[in-house]
Amino acid sequence: MASRDDIKFLSNPNIGKSRKKYCRFRKFGIKHIDYKDEDFLMQFINEQGKLLPRRITGNSLKYQKKVAVAVKRARHLAILPYVTDLLK
Amino acid sequence: MRNYEVTFIVDPVLSGDEIKSTAQTYSDLLANEGCKIVHTEHMGLRQLAYPINKRSSGVYYCLQFQAETGAPVPKMELAFRRDERIMRFLTVALDKYGVKYNDDKRAGKIGKKKPKVEAKVEDEKVVKDDLTKIEGIGPKIAEALAKAAITSFVGVATKRPAEIKAVLEAAEGNFSSHDTSTWPRQARLAADGKWDELKTLQDELDGGRPNASTEEE
Repeated sequence: MASRDDIKFLSNPNIGKSRKKYCRFRKFGIKHIDYKDEDFLMQFINEQGKLLPRRITGNSLKYQKKVAVAVKRARHLAILPYVTDLLK
Repeated sequence: MRNYEVTFIVDPVLSGDEIKSTAQTYSDLLANEGCKIVHTEHMGLRQLAYPINKRSSGVYYCLQFQAETGAPVPKMELAFRRDERIMRFLTVALDKYGVKYNDDKRAGKIGKKKPKVEAKVEDEKVVKDDLTKIEGIGPKIAEALAKAAITSFVGVATKRPAEIKAVLEAAEGNFSSHDTSTWPRQARLAADGKWDELKTLQDELDGGRPNASTEEE
């Protein structure tokens, strides 16, 4: 009779359990998004300079809208590109 | 009381004084309209993410001001549109969080400030580089380069030979006969701390000139 220790999982049970996403603005109390802060806005756009969806960033609707406005302002001021490739 | 922030890009082709006076024009204009200038930030020459008016870089300025009414804003924007020196501008009304953010940023409470300070300290360390280690650069040339704000190996390495040559020609003294073509390569090795490789390279060189060129003297 095999003891409890001998029982091995065939696959790692932790794989596939994704960590719960959260809105970083709510969690860390960030109230204002600066359109001049290029490095910060980089977190919300993909390699082509497109906005990442909420289902990936986890932002709440309120702050996703603010992020979108900030990115669009940054694009107007040539801080971020409108279209590009290999941004990151 | 309303808070506004206007960011604008000045044409980099203008001289340093002209750029400053351009920025000053607008803070004067706002002050005349009865606005209180809270802060003027010179963000410096930056690379643009895409070309504007066939320019690939621009000088960024950011002005934060307070106004009783919104009346000065259209006047200022009209002036921006008419001004050929301004490549782009953006006026934003700040809410209370925006004002607080800017205050905190100026007070250094919002990140990114510290790494910059550390980077500066590193730069100062680099300043002590002994440029005479590069074959072809003597104490006199090192002095001339220092006057042109080239004091570190990295500084030399990022320049092109022709640029160094131009600096030397502008400097007093007869440096024009020196061959600068290998200096950036040597400086790159020195900056990376590859002293052995630098030594072998210098052994191949003759007074900082590539070995192939014949000695005239």
